[in-house]
Parts: sequence; C-alpha cells; structure tokens
Amino acid sequence: MPELEQTAVSAEAEVPSEGRYYRRFTSKQRYLHAVLFSTFLGLAATGLPLRFSESIWARGAARAVGGFGAILFFHKFCALVLTIAFLIHVKEVFARGLYHREKGVFWGATSMVANWKDLKDMLGHLRWFVGLGPKPKFDRYAYWEKFDYWAVFWGMIVIGFSGYAMWFAPFFARFLPGWALNAALVIHSEEGLLAILFIFSIHFVNTHLRPDSFPMDMVIFTGVESEKEFQHKRPLEYARLAREGKLEERVGSAPASWFVNFSRIIGFTAIAIGLTLLVLTLSAYFY
Amino acid sequence: MRSSARFNASCEEVLLRLFRSFTASSEVVRHRGAFISFVVALALFAAPHSLHAQSDCLACHGDKSMQDAAGHSIAVDGSTFSASIHGSMKCNNCHADIKEYPHPEHIARVECKSCHADEASSLAGSVHSSSKDHPCSSCHGDAHSIFPKSDSRSAVYPLNIPKTCGNCHGTDGMARKHGLPSVYPNYMDSIHGFALSKEGLLVAANCQSCHGSHKILSRKDPQSPTFKANIPKTCGTCHAKIDADYERGSHGHAVASGNLKAPVCTDCHTAHAILQPTESEFRMQSTPICGSCHKDKLSTYHDTFHSQLGSLGGYVETARCWDCHGAHEIYPTADPRSPVAKANLVATCGKCHAGANLSFVQYQPHANAHDRKLNPALFYVRLFMNLLLISVLTFFVIHTILWLIRSRFDQVRRNGSNGGNNA
Repeated sequence: MPELEQTAVSAEAEVPSEGRYYRRFTSKQRYLHAVLFSTFLGLAATGLPLRFSESIWARGAARAVGGFGAILFFHKFCALVLTIAFLIHVKEVFARGLYHREKGVFWGATSMVANWKDLKDMLGHLRWFVGLGPKPKFDRYAYWEKFDYWAVFWGMIVIGFSGYAMWFAPFFARFLPGWALNAALVIHSEEGLLAILFIFSIHFVNTHLRPDSFPMDMVIFTGVESEKEFQHKRPLEYARLAREGKLEERVGSAPASWFVNFSRIIGFTAIAIGLTLLVLTLSAYFY
Repeated sequence: MRSSARFNASCEEVLLRLFRSFTASSEVVRHRGAFISFVVALALFAAPHSLHAQSDCLACHGDKSMQDAAGHSIAVDGSTFSASIHGSMKCNNCHADIKEYPHPEHIARVECKSCHADEASSLAGSVHSSSKDHPCSSCHGDAHSIFPKSDSRSAVYPLNIPKTCGNCHGTDGMARKHGLPSVYPNYMDSIHGFALSKEGLLVAANCQSCHGSHKILSRKDPQSPTFKANIPKTCGTCHAKIDADYERGSHGHAVASGNLKAPVCTDCHTAHAILQPTESEFRMQSTPICGSCHKDKLSTYHDTFHSQLGSLGGYVETARCWDCHGAHEIYPTADPRSPVAKANLVATCGKCHAGANLSFVQYQPHANAHDRKLNPALFYVRLFMNLLLISVLTFFVIHTILWLIRSRFDQVRRNGSNGGNNA
C-alpha cells in the first residue's frame, strides 16, 4: 500500500526535527501487550477451528497441522503463556498501587477504573459524532480504552476460568456442579467469539485504523508519542502534566527508525492475521 | 511310489517327444494312426495301466499348440492334469461321448453335474444360476487343472478366493460392465483382506465365508446368510462372543423381533471395507452411522467438546457413541447393565477422565442449550452470553462507524478541503 506509506512519511515529516517525544507506556507494559496480542492471535487461530469445527477452513487447518489434537495443544500452550502474563500484570498493578503506594492506580484521572467522567465523555463523544456538541477532552485513558482494558480483563478471567474448568474437568467437578461443565463450553466459546469479534473489528479500528491514528498507533510498540499527538489525543493529561510541571519527567527520546519499521511489520502482521480470522469467523456462519 | 510315478511320467514324455518328431511333418500326419498304434504299444510297455486312456488322448492333445477349427486351444497339460483332483480319471469319464478314435469334430459339453449333482442343484438356485455366464470353471479354474480347495493351487483355496471372485466383482472385471458394486478393492483393504493377503490367515473371512459358495443368494433373499436378519449369525460363525453380546443388547433384540431398521454388524462395520475398530479411520466414520438413526443425539453431540475436538480428524481419542454406550451390548440408559446407567457413569467417564466423581458425571454429553425445559441453566447461560455479545458488538459497531465518519469529516475540513464541493 504505497499510499499508506506516503501518509506515514509525510506525517513524520510534519513533526519538527526538534519535536519532543513523551513516554506513555513502560517497556514492561509494551512487552506484556506483545505477549498478550501474540498469544491472543494464537488462541484465536486455534480456538476458531474448534468453535467452527464443521467449517471447511477448520478442517483444512486441522489437516495442515496434523489434526485437532495439535490445534488443542497449541491452544493450551498459548493459554498458559497468557495466564502467566495476566498474573504478572495483576501483580504489577497491585505492587504499584499497594506496595509502592503510587497515586492514581486505583482511582483518579490516570486510573483504568471507570468514573463519572467516562460516562460523560462517552455521551459527549456520541453527541460530537452527530454534530450536537464539542469533542470531549480526554485524559490518560479514554472511556473506550478503559472498556478495551476491562473487556480483556473480564474476558481473560471468564475465558480462562471456563477453559481451565474444561482442561481439568474432574478437578473442577469437585466443587462445581456437573452442568457447570456444560456451561463452561458455552461460556468459553461465546466469550471467546465476543473477544475475537471485538478485538479484530472494534479495537483495530478504534485504536489503529481511525483517521487520528491511521494506519497504526505506534505508541504501544515504541512507548513514546510526539508532543503534537499527545496534545491532540489526551489534552487533559498534557495540560495537567504541564500545570504540575511534570512534563519534563515524561520526555523520552525519538524511537529508532529501524525499531519503528520493525514494529510496523509486527503490527501489520498482527492486524492482517486478525482480519483474516475475522473474515473466517464471519464466513463460518454462511458455509 | 513317487519315484515310480515320476519315472512313468518321464517315459511318457520321451514317447511323446518321439511321437511329435514324427508328426511334425505333414507327410507323416497321414500315417498318424499307425504311429499312434506304435506309441500306444510303447506306452503300454512303459506306463502303468491307469494312465492308458489319458495317454491315448494326450498323444494328440498333449501338443500345446493344438487348436480346434475355431482356433481355441484344445491342448491339455498332461502332467498338471494327472496331479489335479481328477487326475486319476479317464478323459472319457467326463468327455463321455467320445468312445473311439477318431472322434467327431464336435463333442458334447462336459456336464460336471453328472457327478457333482448337489453342487449343481445349489448353483441352479443361486445368483450364479446361468451356467452360460457362470460355468463351473469360472470359479474352479481350468477344467483340466482343478485342485481340491485345500490345495494352494486351487482357485477356491481360501487365500485365492478373493482374487477368483474379484475377477468378476473387482473394478476392472464384470463389476463395471454389469454395474455390480466393486467390492474386491474394499475387501482387500479391509481387516479381513489384510489378514488374508498379508498374514495368509486361512481362517480370515473370505468371500465364501459370508456368502457361501454354490448357493449364493441375493442379500434380499431371507434365506441368504447376508440377509440383514441373518448377518449377526453369519458374522457370529467366527465372532461368537461378539454375536452373543450383540444378541443380548437392544439392537440384537430389535433385529431378532423383526425390526430390520435396527443395525446389524455390517451397518456399523460395513460389509467389505471393514476396518480395525481401534483405527482412527473407523473412529472417524462411525459416529455419523449411529447418528443416521439417532439424529437428535447426533445433533446434541455435535454441540459438545467431544465432537468439536473429535469428529473431524486427528484427535481420535475423544468419546464416540460406543465409548460411552458400549458397542455390541447396547442397553437403554434406564437398564442397569448400560455403561451410561447412573450407577455406572463414574466408571464409564473415568475410562478417559481419571478422577471423575459423582459431580463430574452430572455433565450432560447430550445437553441442548436451546431447550429451556431440558437444560434451563444452560439455556439461560447461553441466552446471557448471546445478549452480551450482541449488545456489546451492536453498540460498538455503531459507535465506531459514527466515529469514523466524524473523524474523517473533521480531518478533511482541517486540511482545507470543502467536502467534495469542488467536483
């Protein structure tokens, strides 16, 4: 897509060479996101053939890798890795909020926890969509980003729990009624389907493909964003940091161009796989 | 005994060669009678008396190139014939209308039934009744080299039977011509075919073990061993215990009471392409077979993880119908003998799920999430999950589409365009 590359180049060209970059994500958070999206792609790619085991492409995929046993093995492997990543993340959050007494982890403008402003932002955003009001100003995490976060958080608990219940069914049956094992498959597959449809359509568009970020928001890979982008996307956070004189603390260095290119390749590959899986999922309802 | 027979045979051969060298020139042929007398005189001297009549005929018919007016070979290999089951008989025991030499050019057709009357009458009532299409020799081979069925040279020796029947019932034989099912390749790839062709097991079922030999009847004939109701007994000839198990079970009872919709051995195992039941291919093909009658059970099975993982290849260990219900000795769930009777569930599920307990076996392998009365909990779980999925996606799809339009609108306006008014 030469068009897209040109856009990207010209966007970079707009930034003055002395333009400053601000850190948004720590390297640990970026690594966790990388683990999250690669295992999620793995889980989706191996879960979908099981969910739609009657479809032509599921059979083809199963044949290609030596049967559904191989698919299930890979599914479980990804699940284990993702579980570990999830536990590391939860430990991180609690370590920051409880052990290090970091402010704004559990509540406040910088927290992932939803508040009244998020509801107002959402309604304001919807009004702005149809031209009935000004565009709301967002803080560190906008309401749809919080939704993404909690959807994944809840999804991992629900899908993970129901998945492990099936994996270790006799063990879970010690404290769950038998019908819960029936329910586990329904919950696991429906919630998994929701996650797949949501991430591969809504998250991709909201975060990467919408005009403000098109074709890809690189901040989750590089950890930094330009001053211009920061001001445009999260004016409240920028203003607060400026007011408190903390902007300097957040200044980072411009990412190396090889790293940006490398991240682009990874990111576009992930999006391509995701969109392919999305098409396959939707096609399974017709074939 | 043997060495003297061999000596006689070799004497005979010498004489025949001698005779042929005389008869080779056409001039000599005119004097054939005289030479025959000469040879016969010599043969009388050398060979045992039981061979007299044969050697008379073989003097001419022993010539491998001998043909009748129509160009058919009328040669007889004397040594093979004498070793065959009819080797001790005189030629005119069968070719009864030949009394003297020279004999008429056209001689009567040999009637095997004059001796083999029982076989002939069986054959007459069978699917092979037309003697024109199915002469005895079509199965027993060349009339002058028929061996007992226990002899490995016989066309009806157990290990040779499939090939013999396959001459007609194979893909390239009469099967294609007459639209008969081509069963030979199926049989050869089956567990019976393997036992026979690879291991040389004489007890392995061959064609006639199930179909009989002379009195082969259509499977639609109630007398036939392959008539549906008779199949358990037919297979039970070898598989006696499985037959007994089957007869005790529901399917056996149903068939015995005249319900021919119930499955017999061949419905699950097929008739010719029978696979080893532990083979993945068999495990893959059999669930739909049960499902062809138990349709509702198949559809609810399809909703489960057992099916999702196991029905389509590769992961063959997951439970198939008979892993839980039993294969031959199938009973209704209410019957305490059934492996899926309540009291047996822990043991049955525990075959695969080590540590299965009473709570675990409440799992319903045929639950129907669409049936509110049967599985209310599952019904509402599914309803909730569906509503969640639909509402989240609906909201965000609308949200995203509006957002995209609005962002693009802003972007275009910001960049100084006038929204397409230039066009």
